[in-house]
Amino acid sequence: MNRYDAIVIGAGHNGLTNAAYLAKAGLKVVVVEKNDYIGGAAVSRELHEGWTYSSCSYVCSMMRQAIHRDLDLGRHGLILVPYLGTVNFGDGDERLFAYHDEQAAYLELKRHSPHDADAMYRFQADLTRYSQLIRKTLMRTPPDPASMRVRDIREFIWLAKKFWALGEQEVYEYIRFFTISAADFLEDYFENDLIKAAMASPGIIGTALGVYSPGSAYILLHHVMGDVDGSIGAWGLARGGMGAISQAIANAMLEHGGELRTQAGVERVIVKNGKACGVVLENGDELSANIVVSNLDAKRTFTKIIDKDDLPEGIYERARNFKIRGSSGKVNIALSGMPTFTGVPDNRYINRGGQGFTGTLETMERAYDCWKRGRWSDDPFVESVIPSAWDPTVAPPGQHWMSNFIQYCPPQLTDGPWTPEKRDAFGQTVIDKIERYSPGFKDLIVHMEVRTPHEIENEIGLTEGNIFQGELTIDQLFFNRPFPGYGQYRMPLKNLYMCGSSTHPGGGVSAVCGANAAREILLDLKRPNSVPEDDFYDE
Amino acid sequence: MSNVDRYAGERLKLTPFYPREQELNIRDAWSSWNGYLFADYYYDTEYEYFCIRNQCGTYDICPMQKYEISGKDAEAMLNRMITRDMGKLGMNRVMYTVWCTDEGRVIDDGTVFKLAEDRFMLTCGSPCTAWLRKSAYGFGDVTITDVSDTLAGLSFQGPTTCAVLKKMGLEGIENAKAFDIMYFPFQGETLMVSRTGFTGDLGYELWIPSELALDLWDALYAAGEDYGIQPYGEAATDMARLEAGFIMPYVDFTEALKTVYFEHDQTPFELQLGWLVDFNKPNFSGRAALLEHKQRGPKWTLTRLNIEGNWPAEDAIMYDSKGCKTEIGYVTSALWSPTIKSNIALAMIRSEYLNGELWAEIYRAKDLRQYRRMARATIVKKPFFTPARARATPPADF
Repeated sequence: MNRYDAIVIGAGHNGLTNAAYLAKAGLKVVVVEKNDYIGGAAVSRELHEGWTYSSCSYVCSMMRQAIHRDLDLGRHGLILVPYLGTVNFGDGDERLFAYHDEQAAYLELKRHSPHDADAMYRFQADLTRYSQLIRKTLMRTPPDPASMRVRDIREFIWLAKKFWALGEQEVYEYIRFFTISAADFLEDYFENDLIKAAMASPGIIGTALGVYSPGSAYILLHHVMGDVDGSIGAWGLARGGMGAISQAIANAMLEHGGELRTQAGVERVIVKNGKACGVVLENGDELSANIVVSNLDAKRTFTKIIDKDDLPEGIYERARNFKIRGSSGKVNIALSGMPTFTGVPDNRYINRGGQGFTGTLETMERAYDCWKRGRWSDDPFVESVIPSAWDPTVAPPGQHWMSNFIQYCPPQLTDGPWTPEKRDAFGQTVIDKIERYSPGFKDLIVHMEVRTPHEIENEIGLTEGNIFQGELTIDQLFFNRPFPGYGQYRMPLKNLYMCGSSTHPGGGVSAVCGANAAREILLDLKRPNSVPEDDFYDE
Repeated sequence: MSNVDRYAGERLKLTPFYPREQELNIRDAWSSWNGYLFADYYYDTEYEYFCIRNQCGTYDICPMQKYEISGKDAEAMLNRMITRDMGKLGMNRVMYTVWCTDEGRVIDDGTVFKLAEDRFMLTCGSPCTAWLRKSAYGFGDVTITDVSDTLAGLSFQGPTTCAVLKKMGLEGIENAKAFDIMYFPFQGETLMVSRTGFTGDLGYELWIPSELALDLWDALYAAGEDYGIQPYGEAATDMARLEAGFIMPYVDFTEALKTVYFEHDQTPFELQLGWLVDFNKPNFSGRAALLEHKQRGPKWTLTRLNIEGNWPAEDAIMYDSKGCKTEIGYVTSALWSPTIKSNIALAMIRSEYLNGELWAEIYRAKDLRQYRRMARATIVKKPFFTPARARATPPADF
């Protein structure tokens, strides 16, 4: 029984979402996954007994409520828990506490700069406005600007109306926003270095841009446009780790009759007469289907699992030049106790949020300079969260695990390929940095998992370890994602679709790419749509 | 300045847990309940809500009314008062019930604890002394004692609660089934623990003489430190109880004895609590009227709704069509549920309209400007959120 209506390649959360909606619509669908575990980059793994790491992605904000609700993921075991304040550490002794309460947060900003405390209101209002427009486009297929089809024209008119409703000034601001750097954007609001650094950090996470690079302002927005239960910009943790998201979606998919095959890596997509019609697995098995959906990134899809000769002219080159530069590392640390940080009061709430260890834009940029030269920084940008302070399921009581995200970490080093020794040296740099703010930190370490782009690519298949499945710059966003002319989930081969973060709206554990792709597939099959509209009326 | 508090007469009473709660109520967010100062929330409502669903939290139930009813006629008296059959309540067990007027309208709901053959505890939201005395009329050996001020109650709810109580040394607590009562020695006194609560989650209620309340608090918080223990207030309780499908007096139903307008109070059938009315037992307060209500069917039905969109339908009027042709009811409680990610509500709806379309008229402000939406609602048969851990015995550690 190797005949299916649809084959989805890759059991990351988007692939599972896509399969769940196809199965819900009554299709016979199978998800094939190369690893013996599912989740892709939304994964929970017990690598040291008693500790469950979210090995890759670690916090959640972009997951669309409409999908969560529609697939009944709560019943399938998913609960997303928002977490509270964050401490940003200055390069010196300064500390900035992001308190949860608005009044307390204001007073804290005022302690650093009365100007910035006031400016924060305008900043938040502006970001919310920008976010709201983008959020409206998330669960819709981008219109094709070169198409004269009624559907695309209608979508453009819809978009234009939303745009113009912002007012003339905002239209100009918006266009400017997409092209400027995070630093330039923040410069307009803030004067304090630490506040600027704290606000800038979402502008560099996951990207191969620096905080002064044009385009990084959008990266910032991409990270703050999510929400937890309507609270825009809030971040949450999945109880049981990020793998709980993938597992819940998989449960929904299985309940709708979908099938899951692990340890089933795809060798190549079978193409006949210009149509995708199945896959050959690494073990030699052949599966055939009317529809093939790739949840792999665009580069991997078109340069690794499809024969170059099966592709129309120019596609291979486009895929090869797809911007998907690796720039991030991850260090997961099991701790025997809760670390304490100098200059941070014993406040049970603020201690349980996140930590940002980079005090100035200058330091961030210097770390970027190192990446450009093919080495990691001695003073990297580190953003940390201690999920075990919130989640009783991921570490033994009284013990903890700390997720550390590092920007930047190069996919290739100038002094030769990554080796286990170099990987460990990179990890050492990170814990040295944390130790500076938390004396005695190293004594708490029970186990460490260090992940450079090399590990991320080899374990979960993200090219160069790029967490977004491709850079989030305007040339690769919206109707340009992954390639101009292919922004509607249909790929250059008939019956071939993409459903991963290489498609609109891009990276993040949102489940949107998978859902949107399913809607397009069902449209082509002339089947009733099983994918919900967004839950939000108009915010 | 005199040291005499001139306003002492109108200040609220403090519960025995107040000294610890005051320290943790860093937002000074207080409200009141039955004359006691009572936390609306301590730090943040949503955070406290998630302690209930994800870790564990405590809720001060000292202001809840607690009556000890004893004597050899105590059981018969209670059986005459409440709608459920006292004969089915086992020793060291707790039972949820309502009690009604002769017209079959709900006075209040609460729980009955069977502590001994001739000793019971009744808990309820509002003071009930007058009705209890009335109900005891004609029964010889019944003593009613209001123990609200002398018996401290602390509700302890959430998935890690059993692990914390075990760590606190309550041996065998994992064997307590839902609605069981167990006793443990505590500093020379007895700590009573019932596996009960108002959150629909795994949880317990701890009962201790008031003078030991702070010691209990300290012991519990020491054991719970690594399990995320946090006090939660009324706001978080209200979220959790709605997800669990539990009703609140003077929110979802009107206490019959306080109702001004004709039939603005409810029968148990209208509250979908018909299962609490046991016609197999002999006469009880409201029996004849309830039998009639049952045969005639409820005029109104308190209905669980899932409403489209994400605007909470607080105070919404319900209609039979998008065009608002006929007004068919009103929402009593509404919430965007963070756990099931749904827009849930309880609404009192005229029963004859239940089979048709249901629409909620919802208002919401954006930058102060009011917007209106008609949102389609669908009926949810079961409680919105019923985690398996709430019933599992023994419960898991988290």
